[in-house]
Amino acid sequence: MADLSSQDLTARYYELEPHHHPEGASTGLGFWVYLMSDCLMFAVLFAAYAVLGNAYAAGPGPKDLFDLNLVAINTGLLLVSSITFGFGMLGAYRGDQGATLRWLGVTLVFGLSFLGVEIYEFAHLIHEGAGPWRSAFLSSFFALVGTHGLHVAFGCLWLVVLAVQIKARGLVPANLRRLACLSMFWHFLDVVWIGVFTFVYLIKMI
Amino acid sequence: MAVTGPIETSLLFGRLTWAAIPTDPIILATFAVVALGGGALFALLTYYRLWGYLWTEWFTSVDHKKIGIMYMILGLVMFVRGFADAIMMRLQQVLAFGGSEGYLNSHHYDQVFTAHGVIMIFFVAMPFVTGLMNYIVPLQIGARDVSFPFLNNFSFWMTVGGAVIIMASLFLGEFAQTGWLAFPPLSGIGESPYVGVDYYIWGLQVAGVGTTLSGINLLVTIIKMRAPGMTMMRMPVFTWTALCTNVLIVASFPVLTVTLALLTLDRYVGTNFFTADLGGNAMMYVNLIWIWGHPEVYILILPIFGVFSEIAATFSGKRLFGYTSMVYATVCITILSYVVWLHHFFTMGSGASVNSFFGITTMVISIPTGAKLFNWIFTIYQGRVRYDLPMMWLMAFMLTFVVGGMTGVLLAVPPADFVLHNSLFLIAHFHNVIIGGVVFGTFAAINFWWPKAFGYRLDVFWGKVSFWFWVVGFWFAFMPLYVLGLMGVTRRVRVFDDPDLQIWFAIAALGAVMIAVGIAAMFVQFGVSIWRRKALADVTGDPWDGRTLEWATSSPPPAYNFAFTPVVHGIDAFAEMKEAGVPRPTSGFLPIHMPRNTGAGVVIAGLATICGMALVWYVWWLAAASFLALIGAAIAHTFNYNRDYHIPADQVAAVEDARTRRLEA
Amino acid sequence: MPFKLRWFGLLALSLALMGCKSEVLDPAGPIATEQRDLLISSTLLMLVIILPVMVLIGWFGWQFRAGNKGAVYRPNWDHSTKLELVIWAAPLFIIISLGALTWVGTHLTDPYRPLAQDGRGQSLEGVEPLTVQVVALDWKWLFILPEEGVASVNELSVPVGRPVRFELTSDSVMNAFYIPAMAGMIYAMPGMQTELNGLFDHEGTFQGLASHYSGAGFSKMRFKVHAVDDAGFDAWVNAARDDETLDRAAYLQLAQKSEGDAPRQFGAVEQGLFARAVNLCVEEGKMCQAEMMALDMKGGTGVATPLALLDDRPFVTGACSIDELTAATLPRLTALPVMTPLRGHGLTAPGTPRDVAGLPLPPSDL
Repeated sequence: MADLSSQDLTARYYELEPHHHPEGASTGLGFWVYLMSDCLMFAVLFAAYAVLGNAYAAGPGPKDLFDLNLVAINTGLLLVSSITFGFGMLGAYRGDQGATLRWLGVTLVFGLSFLGVEIYEFAHLIHEGAGPWRSAFLSSFFALVGTHGLHVAFGCLWLVVLAVQIKARGLVPANLRRLACLSMFWHFLDVVWIGVFTFVYLIKMI
Repeated sequence: MAVTGPIETSLLFGRLTWAAIPTDPIILATFAVVALGGGALFALLTYYRLWGYLWTEWFTSVDHKKIGIMYMILGLVMFVRGFADAIMMRLQQVLAFGGSEGYLNSHHYDQVFTAHGVIMIFFVAMPFVTGLMNYIVPLQIGARDVSFPFLNNFSFWMTVGGAVIIMASLFLGEFAQTGWLAFPPLSGIGESPYVGVDYYIWGLQVAGVGTTLSGINLLVTIIKMRAPGMTMMRMPVFTWTALCTNVLIVASFPVLTVTLALLTLDRYVGTNFFTADLGGNAMMYVNLIWIWGHPEVYILILPIFGVFSEIAATFSGKRLFGYTSMVYATVCITILSYVVWLHHFFTMGSGASVNSFFGITTMVISIPTGAKLFNWIFTIYQGRVRYDLPMMWLMAFMLTFVVGGMTGVLLAVPPADFVLHNSLFLIAHFHNVIIGGVVFGTFAAINFWWPKAFGYRLDVFWGKVSFWFWVVGFWFAFMPLYVLGLMGVTRRVRVFDDPDLQIWFAIAALGAVMIAVGIAAMFVQFGVSIWRRKALADVTGDPWDGRTLEWATSSPPPAYNFAFTPVVHGIDAFAEMKEAGVPRPTSGFLPIHMPRNTGAGVVIAGLATICGMALVWYVWWLAAASFLALIGAAIAHTFNYNRDYHIPADQVAAVEDARTRRLEA
Repeated sequence: MPFKLRWFGLLALSLALMGCKSEVLDPAGPIATEQRDLLISSTLLMLVIILPVMVLIGWFGWQFRAGNKGAVYRPNWDHSTKLELVIWAAPLFIIISLGALTWVGTHLTDPYRPLAQDGRGQSLEGVEPLTVQVVALDWKWLFILPEEGVASVNELSVPVGRPVRFELTSDSVMNAFYIPAMAGMIYAMPGMQTELNGLFDHEGTFQGLASHYSGAGFSKMRFKVHAVDDAGFDAWVNAARDDETLDRAAYLQLAQKSEGDAPRQFGAVEQGLFARAVNLCVEEGKMCQAEMMALDMKGGTGVATPLALLDDRPFVTGACSIDELTAATLPRLTALPVMTPLRGHGLTAPGTPRDVAGLPLPPSDL
């Protein structure tokens, strides 16, 4: 009697049966929390731009510097890249490695084009004498847009590394997890860019 | 001496020249001591062939318990450095009267108070609370490790890297002379052209990455890894405060990172975020840094509230009074800590309505804090209080902290702040809450959980010596500062005119000496306890009649923490198990899935540290090379898919059987 | 309230007997007095709850020690709704009271608010405040008295009983200006102008200091402020008449870093010097901030004009006459909010009549 009840007690207070903990169950949440902290970094940069965005230091302002056509092209490139990444994810969930890699490749092209246009824009501004040191407005502009650009560059690097890993090991759970994280990262950058496009470029041009 | 004039830079060494080595006799003597001590330690480790052991068992370990202990050691080591700075300041301020310049020139003194603040907050208090959370939280929630064990190891080494950068400034170049928050324009390249502020920036950035990642890690651990049955409202209060703390870390450290990054751009690239001439705004820096800085205060104190909640319940032999209200109070403080930052600079000239708003939000925080205090008091009420060392620290904490809390609310009244801001009253206030809270709490925690971590208790006699010298010394050291503040004496002053002030500084210096004795006694306590560990041994794993799950396993816990994951049915899970007389399972062990150790964290953090040092000294090639190596090492690490292993069932059984025999003996 | 204040007055007195010159607790002007009173009443208000708490800690801690076997022991008692209500409500009530006190007190002692009455309760209506322009230099204080046309370094005289309006800025880094006995402190920042209103009730020499760390020479950035009668003030002003002129060149010379400068005076001040200091355009050829902001308001100049360098620091070139500067600056100086004297309920307004011990007399007109 006593033995039985103590066994029952132990079973009630301890998980005695083998219990499978899915590997990487925390990864999605962890990456999401990281993205939120990253989001906060962008929030500070947006705030800095809001505070300093009118301090041209008797230099050029947005209307003198921004080329909305270029920015529109860039926005298009990034938005489309999000869609192509989505197709890649669909391929990955189907287990179609070839499609996944192809769509990742397309995404990479879009990402790199975006970076190319941005680098062209920056180089042009600096060439005009409107570098980040010219005024507080330009400092905050370069910091915000540049940080976003750095993120995209990092995303591209990650994409290449992950493509190699998928090629090498296939769509194993670990790679699917990484792909899901990169996809979140990529879409997050898209969302941030919409903010950049609206609050940095568009509002200043109206 | 302070470097003035243009700074030569070379391609190979940047601005590092022989002139960077300080000639100040105090620093040379310190260097000699550090070099001799470090050399002796190195020789001993080599002689006893401990390097391999340290590397495989500790440095590369992903075990949250070992990482927690390493955080505590880092905190203690840096605490000695930070306290040495404190003693130097006390000595300077007691000497520099009547035309005397004291023994420190402004270049040295200004570095000392800056380093004291930076080290005590970032490299003492933060490692202490992070170490405690690391060690305790997984045990309390019945988990085998944190969610991301590798990241945990990496975070720790990034914190160490930051500490290394800060410490390097002592012997190579100089540290910042700006105060611990480095307000521009003083911290700008124009006013601080040499390496001091750059050490500050890169030290904090490297450590800050570690802190943020560790915050994400523990946050996810608490949400995802709790034992079955442990709902949010059944979590131990320490785990709750750890959860809120990590929310604060994740939601505030990115602000610090960006703020310092903007300052970096101003210094390195010539941008104009905080400069005055080309449209920048230094007030933005002050706002941003305090938007991080105020939550930081609660990052430090919330886990300590958790520690004391555990101690109050355990040593009163009673359930914690008002668990629910304790939880809500913690959550309230977490949220409110974001809407009070402006109280750090009422005197900047915001309007009366803005000042009142932030003053009142600040006072509102004292309501949940007060509720917590009452909850501890009513936990003691009708309990059976055992005055072991942790409980003594709790009593000292409560009596000290209420005074600090009161002066804090006083400083939140803007008209009072207009006369007390930046005064020694303010200094006394925040030492009152940080020493009375965080430091006392850490010592309580060390005394409380040491038996869990090492399997033997700490020596009581030396613990009491340390306790009394600390507590009495604290009052002697800081009450005079309240008085001085009311006499209109402000902080960071190096020399004084008014001879009436000297007596108060003398009393404060006496207090600092008493604290020094307290610190020494603490180290003696550790030494004596290690020496007498057989006599002080605790085989039960539950020396204090604990209430939470960490006491359910052996002391020290096995690598896997729990052979079988406990199932939780209420608050105070282990107390309930003891009451129900649940027998510990002694058979039917299963293989346990565990993360594998890796050296990647040490390597990547080491490269980050090198990169930081290279940036401080403008050694651009090294900065680029170490950064590329860092990226390469990180990518290489992602190609490692073999990150875990199983502890075989018979090995688990062997460990558990050994414990069964110990318990029966 | 008066009783409590008297009680605290005793404490202040005992501190004084111990040899402290506590300028915070023993102020010499209505604003500082108000600040002191708020400090004391807030402390007392909090002691209402702090003292019982400390007694409870000691009492319960002793009563329920493990050795006291006679004490009640209820290991499972962990909740009481009534008690919870009390422990949340008691601090709440204190904070509500303190919050009200804070709101009113903060507005009453707002540094931007002109004083309505002096320490003896005399209305100050029609009394033109003395304007003192303060520049925090590395590491000394420059005072410009624009109406008197004189300036001084590390020393200031002001007439007793006449309100003083400090207009402050800084030449290089952030600083804070603090005369503990007069009116609290306020930041002085480069490119910004802050303001502080205060008044001395009685004659004397008081300490003034920099209360925000500003670099190597910060510790010696102290000055004496003499509160003197009108004749004394005139004498101080006239004593400076023969001294040299503070023009832009002399200012730039003075602004060089130096520590522990002896007090000195200037007999004349170049017109608009303070405005130039605020606008960061004392140096020849530098564009004034006001002009820059005016250009920025129009969307900038449209071209990235190259920057000039001064001591390695880039700046925008521009020449701004003093008339242009005044025109551009004036709206900023006068655009301060209109502040009528407040009559706080339950609080004495700054300048309420006081008895010999410096404690407020019962209000007669409220």
